[in-house]
Amino acid sequence: MAFARRSFKPISTTTSFFRRRLLTTTTDDITVETSVPFTGHNCEPPSRSVSTNPKELLSFFTDMALMRRMEIAADSLYKSKLIRGFCHLYDGQEAVCVGMEAAITKKDCIITAYRDHCIFLGRGGTLLESFAELMGRQAGCSKGKGGSMHFYKKDACFFGGHGIVGAQVPLGCGLAFAQKFRKEDHVTFAMYGDGAANQGQLFEALNMAALWDLPAILVCENNHYGMGTAEWRAAKSPAYYKRGDYVPGLKVDGMDAFAVKQACKFAKEHALKNGPIILEMDTYRYHGHSMSDPGSTYRTRDEISGVRQERDPIERIRKLILAHDLATEKELKDIEKQARKEVDEAIAQAKESPMPEESELFTNVYRKGLGVESFGTDRKELRATLP
Amino acid sequence: MLGIVRQNVGGARGLSSQGLGNYVMRLRPVASAMRNYSAGTKEMTVRDALNSTLDEEMAADPNVYVMGEEVGEYQGAYKITKGLLDKYGPERVVDTPITEAGFAGIGVGSAYHGLRPVIEFMTFNFSMQAIDHVINSAAKSNYMSAGQINVPIVFRGPNGPAAGVGAQHSQCYGAWYGSVPGLKVLVPYSSEDARGLLKAAIRDPDPVVFLENELLYGESFPVSAEALDSSFCLPIGKAKIEREGKDITITAFSKMVGYALKAAEILEKDGINAEVINLRSIRPLDRATINASVRKTNRLVTVEEGFPQHGIGAEICASVVEDSFGYLDAPIERIAGADVPTPYAANLERMAFPQIEDIVRAAKRVCYRSVPLAATA
Repeated sequence: MAFARRSFKPISTTTSFFRRRLLTTTTDDITVETSVPFTGHNCEPPSRSVSTNPKELLSFFTDMALMRRMEIAADSLYKSKLIRGFCHLYDGQEAVCVGMEAAITKKDCIITAYRDHCIFLGRGGTLLESFAELMGRQAGCSKGKGGSMHFYKKDACFFGGHGIVGAQVPLGCGLAFAQKFRKEDHVTFAMYGDGAANQGQLFEALNMAALWDLPAILVCENNHYGMGTAEWRAAKSPAYYKRGDYVPGLKVDGMDAFAVKQACKFAKEHALKNGPIILEMDTYRYHGHSMSDPGSTYRTRDEISGVRQERDPIERIRKLILAHDLATEKELKDIEKQARKEVDEAIAQAKESPMPEESELFTNVYRKGLGVESFGTDRKELRATLP
Repeated sequence: MLGIVRQNVGGARGLSSQGLGNYVMRLRPVASAMRNYSAGTKEMTVRDALNSTLDEEMAADPNVYVMGEEVGEYQGAYKITKGLLDKYGPERVVDTPITEAGFAGIGVGSAYHGLRPVIEFMTFNFSMQAIDHVINSAAKSNYMSAGQINVPIVFRGPNGPAAGVGAQHSQCYGAWYGSVPGLKVLVPYSSEDARGLLKAAIRDPDPVVFLENELLYGESFPVSAEALDSSFCLPIGKAKIEREGKDITITAFSKMVGYALKAAEILEKDGINAEVINLRSIRPLDRATINASVRKTNRLVTVEEGFPQHGIGAEICASVVEDSFGYLDAPIERIAGADVPTPYAANLERMAFPQIEDIVRAAKRVCYRSVPLAATA
């Protein structure tokens, strides 16, 4: 297929998601094959052939490049002590959230654990809100009061951002409960890692989801390490897609955005008709568990660079775009440069954002504070009335 | 029985002159002891009060639903949810497996998405299985999300000891939950309390821990016409003066309110006019009412069934010392559960939880030392 090439318009400097208007026929169907076939458990896996179009292919590239840049920049910010506490980076796993978003709407709910920055972006969050939150500033998505692990975007049905391993799975089944209660045609994706996959509460919630046919999709982002513990040391059965027993499951190449998209589309259809399903995304994180973890004491550098070489999600899309002649190498490099530029601008803006007012210590303790008194460390020195 | 001051006790110190002198006795009828029926005064058990409240709130708001073990077909382990399944169906009265962490989490998640769950813990001892969801998933969410995600959930069920149920089934969780910012913790005593506070809890946009008492479920209390109205709500964070008095303040909550009222009757005979405060709310704690009372009476005894260390009485004591130290005529006394896991044998269990005579004894101690100070060194 030949596409007319035009010089692309200068990209606007908004900090929202990088959008490019392709002047070619953007909805011409392209069929892409997933890297590997799906493996099903108690279900017929979907086809390896995924339909897409140039617009979507380029948006996958752009979105993932932006996410990758954001996480790498967060690494530097953390090392310069502008980000404190915990910081769990998602680079390497971008295909999971980008592929998922391509298959669903903003009325479908997503809930995840603490590796949430890119998922927040995928739901429509901005770079500014993200960096400002990481640096504890007013412009942050949680006004600086949450931090890295507590990003939320309720208007896009993104419910966080949770620090307690595994807790988000019953919460996600609760979101699905509400969707079913209200007879909505929407589903919930409850994301968790291979570390959380052994949590008892997950099985408690999955049992109820199956009993009550809740539209819950449990997505195990299996990056093969629960903090420093490899999956084979933590799970008697690391076939997480099978762990639901009576609940069907699908094993997916999580580094292939199209496999993810296909799996999520399949899962959504399934969940609306038949109740819960488990998706195991075979993925990988380049960084350690968090910024406190070099990530190299429990795995070899060869392994990390090997995955980067063979399976990097962005490289995969780059190759597809080039193979289908949708952009030149230079154009793709320009997109990455633009992503870098947007990230740098967002960081600069975030640095300008002030820290929260001291009075914010006492806000949002309750939705309805009833005029109750709250106290600072020295209650004779600092008290407040909760609005 | 008025005007008796010093005869009965061999105390070294008498009361201050403001204490027992001439006073007017204003006794409120102890609800459980008297059955005064005036035209229009109805009586209702706490169980029926809770049941009728759930019924009315479910009828008024389609987002309210009940979830827990045996709440549906079994009609409730303690029959609090009796009849609700027939009336509202299994989508709104949800029987769960015995998986507290799971269903508490599901409840909180549904509240994130705008439903108004009433989660029943068969007893609050089992809430420990789910306590991460009560605290980390529910209580803190509004703060961590800077107001985006509020959690309009109620966790309710019996709290504290019953009778002979042993160590694992007898703990009071008021102090634990009461310490967490972001939660509201309510402790009804009477049927009016049960109705008004449960309605307030269900309508509140924040997570509420609602601590009932199994032994109170069957007790009857008079309820006013106002309390029977479906719009009846009690304010959260306001204690009730159950019995006005001038000589000492006794704070209590839940079943201990009844004990404190009985103790007050006994103390009256000894010339001590006790003011009994029914806390109704552990968080927010009504420090204003407690302090105002102590400023009036100058003496305080706190009563609770829970473990003494880091308990509700400890917080009340600290609050009064901070805000009203100059008004105290005696050190504050705490009556609490014994500092042991609850024994089963009836005599030992009796020693493990406050009895009326404990409250009376402590009250007399704050009025005048029954033991000279030197002997306690």
